[in-house]
Amino acid sequence: MSSAVSFRNVSRRFGSVRAVDGVTLDIKEGEFFAMLGPSGSGKTTCLRLIAGFEQPNEGHIEIFGETAEGVPPYKRNVNTVFQDYALFPHMTVGENVAYGLRIKGVAKAEREAKARDALAMVKLAKYEDRRPSQLSGGQRQRVALARALVNGPKVLLLDEPLGALDLKLREQMQEELKALQKKLGITFVFVTHDQGEALSMADRVAIFNDGKIIQVGVPTDVYERPQSRFVADFVGSSNVLSPAFASDHGGAAMWTSLRPEKVGVFAPGTAAPAQSAHAEGEIKMISYQGSVTRFSVETENARIAAEVPAVGASFEVGNKVRLIWPRAAMITMEDA
Amino acid sequence: MSQVTTTEREDGVLDRISDFLLAYPKLLTLLLLLPPLLWIGVVYIGSLFALLLQSFYSLDDYSGLIVHEFTLATYAQLLETSNLQIIFRTVAMSALVTLACAVIGFPIAYYAARYARGWTKALFYLAVMMPLWSSYLVKVYAWKLILAKEGIITWMAKGLHLNWLLDGILALPTIGGPSLSFSYIGTFLVFVYIWIPYMILPVQAALERVPSNYIEAAADLGAEPRQTFWTVIFPLALPGIIAGSIFTFSLTLGDYIVPTIVGNSRLMIGQAVYTLQGTAGNVPLAAAFTVVPMAIMAVYLWVAKRMGAFDVL
Repeated sequence: MSSAVSFRNVSRRFGSVRAVDGVTLDIKEGEFFAMLGPSGSGKTTCLRLIAGFEQPNEGHIEIFGETAEGVPPYKRNVNTVFQDYALFPHMTVGENVAYGLRIKGVAKAEREAKARDALAMVKLAKYEDRRPSQLSGGQRQRVALARALVNGPKVLLLDEPLGALDLKLREQMQEELKALQKKLGITFVFVTHDQGEALSMADRVAIFNDGKIIQVGVPTDVYERPQSRFVADFVGSSNVLSPAFASDHGGAAMWTSLRPEKVGVFAPGTAAPAQSAHAEGEIKMISYQGSVTRFSVETENARIAAEVPAVGASFEVGNKVRLIWPRAAMITMEDA
Repeated sequence: MSQVTTTEREDGVLDRISDFLLAYPKLLTLLLLLPPLLWIGVVYIGSLFALLLQSFYSLDDYSGLIVHEFTLATYAQLLETSNLQIIFRTVAMSALVTLACAVIGFPIAYYAARYARGWTKALFYLAVMMPLWSSYLVKVYAWKLILAKEGIITWMAKGLHLNWLLDGILALPTIGGPSLSFSYIGTFLVFVYIWIPYMILPVQAALERVPSNYIEAAADLGAEPRQTFWTVIFPLALPGIIAGSIFTFSLTLGDYIVPTIVGNSRLMIGQAVYTLQGTAGNVPLAAAFTVVPMAIMAVYLWVAKRMGAFDVL
């Protein structure tokens, strides 16, 4: 599969701030690609570079093999769903959706029909005569989606589109977006700071920090095999073990990530199975989180978090326990 | 000691009033609203109503006394050719002044709203507001000097060997005259100068409220800058233009000082009202004339509303 979007050493500076710093990236055609990172990490600027709202100071961007730098947004076959939707308040929902077609000079009857189809696709049939101000946040989000998709873009850019929705609606929209992307086969580039959202929706995830891409990979890769402390910490939570601790417990003498859910909490003296490591410690904190219970255990030279299914966890703070985890769960990382 | 203080407070007159008002919040609201209600109800609406009433009286031509009987005769007088000409002249002037203010003011407002930052923005506000700080009469008289035959414009035209152009403009029928300060052109220029801040400020405020991501969204959907302007920016700025035009249009409709000082001797509505209620003593006709701008503004606002100018507000 060819690249839908490719970045080669792209930098974008604002004054002395390097918002995007030497990013090289390939987004495949038809893929659901998430850009994940804390705020100010450069992910949104990358999206704006693809849309054409920003131009790179250095480097080269191609969209479907065509050079993108210097091309204004209105000449790019790329559409954006904005964070706060940016629906035009002086137009009806139908006029908003038909806007791109109207600009292209599509005849009124045809563009109205297409707008109706697009609205039906996002389950907002019969809403075309309303004003955006009469819709709920979730509905506006769908209108923004329809307005972008009706133009048949080759790449759809989504800038934290679910950020303003409440949890229930967000989960529902995640499923719908994923299904829509499968159905249409369009390349989706999705910016988010919510790691759960990125992992559940994307085919591949790029993790940004300080204007650079720290790691790119499929969600399981990024989660199971973080290559740096930043990724281990930012994507889910993780125990970062020092090289000394790791080598004492059957790992390599390197910084090592150990996911809390891989660590079991047992009574002292419980036999550890083969291919596993163990450490003794004292429970310092227990926090009940519904489906799981989280323990914070002080061992000789590290504090380790363990997450166990809530059933059967009958320990109290101050109990001495033995932590047991498979050696394979210890993922070595570059020191960073 | 403290006990004494407490008792004193409880017995204080103000304290008892405050307790009483707290118990009757509606009375408090009424007390607070009474002065403004009296002002707007009696002083403002009341005098307006008295004015309206006057316009239904008539003047006895022989005795020069006002006949206090209900009649539409005074309004019929408005339809006489000379009076219709005054109305037409004033409305045409107001419309042209409004149009010119919009055309000249919009780019200035646009620059201020979208490009000016920091000190350029401060400079903009200063430049637009400063003329409002000086006396209206001083400004109009200053313009009379600028536009006079011996004024700076004639002098500059001579220096640039452009007197033929100035003479050509002054030779134009109707709008020309012996000099700029005795022509409709002069009146028009001064009106535009005097009222343009009232156009720029609301337009600028409307443009400030257009978020930049609407413009990005339009570009994203394929609109070139020109298309973005006409389909997104202009419609969203329209309420500001309408608001500004209400100012420029109604201020010109009612003004009598500018055309008295700069212009030919043909009357505008304001001057007609001034003359009729003063020397002529024809208060009913003056009142009827005053109703004209109000009626025109009512129609204007109704049309603007029908056109959807206030939908975005």
